[in-house]
Amino acid sequence: MRISETEEDGFYIIQIYGDVDAASSITLDKAIEESLRRGFRKLLIDCSHLNYISSAGLGVFMSYLEEFREKEVHFALFHMKDTVRNVFEILGLDQLMRIVASAEEAKN
Amino acid sequence: MIHQYKVSCIRDNLKLIREFVLTVLKSLTLNEIELNQLVLAVDEVCSNLIIHSHQCNPESSIEIIIQSFPEYILFEIIDQDTDGFDISQYQNPSINKIVKDRRKGGVGLILVHKIMDRVEVVQESSQNIWRLGKQISPR
Repeated sequence: MRISETEEDGFYIIQIYGDVDAASSITLDKAIEESLRRGFRKLLIDCSHLNYISSAGLGVFMSYLEEFREKEVHFALFHMKDTVRNVFEILGLDQLMRIVASAEEAKN
Repeated sequence: MIHQYKVSCIRDNLKLIREFVLTVLKSLTLNEIELNQLVLAVDEVCSNLIIHSHQCNPESSIEIIIQSFPEYILFEIIDQDTDGFDISQYQNPSINKIVKDRRKGGVGLILVHKIMDRVEVVQESSQNIWRLGKQISPR
């Protein structure tokens, strides 16, 4: 798994490549932690190249939801494959996180 | 048809386990979402065993056996650690509580239970066997 981070129009965008599993989720965790430490309050996750996610990856997002709420962080995931989205839906996490089709929607 | 795969207990082997399961299941008539769910369920059990039961000890190993029948698929994950996991005592934690507590773990077994039709852990011949069963559509 590989991550790239970009800043665009005041948004901090984390792009995930490959599989987020119990071996790689720490990398995603550190990227989100770093974005918050740097004071970003608009965080988007580009899932275009995210092929697979296990509970370890879901757990990373879940563990930040309270902090996002407290700090009023604008948070959204976009361009998610159906197989990946289904994993969020199994647990009802699509009701707790904003999952949208495009980067434009995610910014609104 | 029986397919077997044995791996040492290191995190990086999770990807190899997923590739093995995917390769076996690709011969069945499953759609992409069903395929991904079954791979995920096996990955979750193996992650728990590798990380929590064996603390990523490369000297330890687990074995995955897949048996496919016309309308059923059975996964067995065999672990030499006999400390065991009493699945009868397991209760799915609340998602809202996990979020409120800011926990990073705790939803793996929920996924396994929601995906599979049968989840059991038995002790046989001084080993723990996780059995995950799923009804599938006939060809």
